[in-house]
Amino acid sequence: MRLAARGAAAALGAGALLLPLVVDPSILNVGVLTLMYVGLATAWNIIGGYTGYISLGHAGFFGIGAYALGLVVGHLGVPGGYGPLLLVPLAGAITAAAALPVGWIALRTRAATFVIVTIAFMFMLQILATNLRGLTGGSQGLGYPVPQGWGPDFVDVPFYYAMLALAALALGVSWWVRRSKLGLGLLAIRDDEDRASALGVRARAFKMTAFVVSAALVGMIGGVYGYYVTYVYPQFVIDPLIGISMVLMAFLGGAGTLAGPVLGALLLEPAQLELAYSFGSARLYLVLYAAVFLVVILLLPRGIVPSLVDRLPHSPLEEGRGGGNPDGPA
Amino acid sequence: MSGLAVEAAALGVLTGGVYALMASGLTLIFGVMRIINVGHGALVVLGAYLSFVLFRQWHIDPFLGLVVTMPVMFGLGVVLELVFIRPLRTDREALSVLVTYALALGIEGVLGLAFSANFQQLSVWYESAGVQVGDFHVAYVYGFGFLLSVAMLSGLGLLLTRTTFGAAVRATMLNRAAAQLIGIDVAMISAIAFGIGMATAAAGGVVFGITTAFNPGSHYDLISRLLTIIVLGGLGSFRGAIVAAVLMLVVQDVTAVLWSPTWAAFTFFALLTLVLVARPQGLYGMRVRE
Repeated sequence: MRLAARGAAAALGAGALLLPLVVDPSILNVGVLTLMYVGLATAWNIIGGYTGYISLGHAGFFGIGAYALGLVVGHLGVPGGYGPLLLVPLAGAITAAAALPVGWIALRTRAATFVIVTIAFMFMLQILATNLRGLTGGSQGLGYPVPQGWGPDFVDVPFYYAMLALAALALGVSWWVRRSKLGLGLLAIRDDEDRASALGVRARAFKMTAFVVSAALVGMIGGVYGYYVTYVYPQFVIDPLIGISMVLMAFLGGAGTLAGPVLGALLLEPAQLELAYSFGSARLYLVLYAAVFLVVILLLPRGIVPSLVDRLPHSPLEEGRGGGNPDGPA
Repeated sequence: MSGLAVEAAALGVLTGGVYALMASGLTLIFGVMRIINVGHGALVVLGAYLSFVLFRQWHIDPFLGLVVTMPVMFGLGVVLELVFIRPLRTDREALSVLVTYALALGIEGVLGLAFSANFQQLSVWYESAGVQVGDFHVAYVYGFGFLLSVAMLSGLGLLLTRTTFGAAVRATMLNRAAAQLIGIDVAMISAIAFGIGMATAAAGGVVFGITTAFNPGSHYDLISRLLTIIVLGGLGSFRGAIVAAVLMLVVQDVTAVLWSPTWAAFTFFALLTLVLVARPQGLYGMRVRE
């Protein structure tokens, strides 16, 4: 099983690397957005899945990244091209710096209160982005330089590889966290924070680390997205739907597992784009999206990966929520 | 200048009453079921549209129409609880957030299909007509809304403190498992609590629909306010919800006249942040081990 999983992962990675060579350039944007969500759901999972702190405000960090990169690029006068993509780590650092005070306050609360505080943080940022016109351009938006010399057949390719690199980074971080002492501490916090603290887990520092790392990854992805769409508006980058989509994807695949968020994003984002494309009407799309959402949660509350793992006789692979469930089918 | 601030504060108290009513429904649902109903804002908007239809088609006054819309919304709440909340077994707290979020999106989509994204408003005669208090003009709707809220909150308070049913609800809020052990039908209490929450949303929707232009997407703004109100007050605390609602609307309305309307909502979020630094459990909340 472990071998099969590794094989599948390697095949998936190789396929992702070669994809731009084989698909029609006009549909590569599906790949760009799908990889974006692979990265977002994986990054969210570090705080939401491993640690059990459900953040519904991660779209706020996505927006911070998008604005941060746009502002840096604008102030340095970087021309369109590869330059802005090279500055993406800086957007990550700025987002991490912003996540420190947010996390310091939000992580004083737990469970339901934490969820609400993250929602409030997101709306607060939306108001800030709209009101601080001098900095963000308000509802007029903030522009990125347009890449020169990237023809219509090529323009998606650099963004595709940028998103792929960030998704790989998020996965690498997630994998490392999961195997480290930090990850064990996070899982202990999720299961029982007070007991974990009593046993010597430095809960506060661990939670902060997970929160800031998760936010920084999301911010970098937001930066690439901002450059990709070339214009950043408050309601489109600090979009509650982006925030809830990454959560839904993580839950569909299996929150708290390494592969779950990847699987969830690979399944849902193309489906989402197809829905939006074939049903044109944003409202009908919203209804269908909600229906898919409800079916997923009600039928697969623990997600695909934990449900699959339960069906295997011995499953040392994923010790997620469902690991070793005695009631699971043998 | 200070006169304006006093007027704004008075209006804040009146509208705060209505938000207190809506937030009480939300905090009741949390208290009884330990779930956050992210769909509460969408249900308020749904209530506003129901009143809008009654008013437009049959010229039924929105306040009188509550005789119809509140039972309808109560029934809808019971059904939603049975179909979408009750099946959640594992990890209820997290999953219920997602389910009610999905419900909000679904309601937004359905309302969009039925009514388009155009802004509507319930244009009743008491929307602008009002009384002159000194230099200030206060539209009747604020007074009516406040009275309605006080009446409903008192009713809810009496129901919870003076009846056997209320005792069962309070027992469930204190300790779900123990309540079940002494023979309280916790499942039924939950469904009814969800229904009552919806009924408060319907009542809030009327006042919201008269005082504000709304469209199917208005629920985001509402839910962010309602959620922050119940967190500021302390989750599950009625007194907290009422105090926080009035405080929020007063702060917001005063900020709007003294500084700028675009910063009004931000001020409240900032206030929430400050309170959470000092008291993570909110004004009236208790520290609980989850």
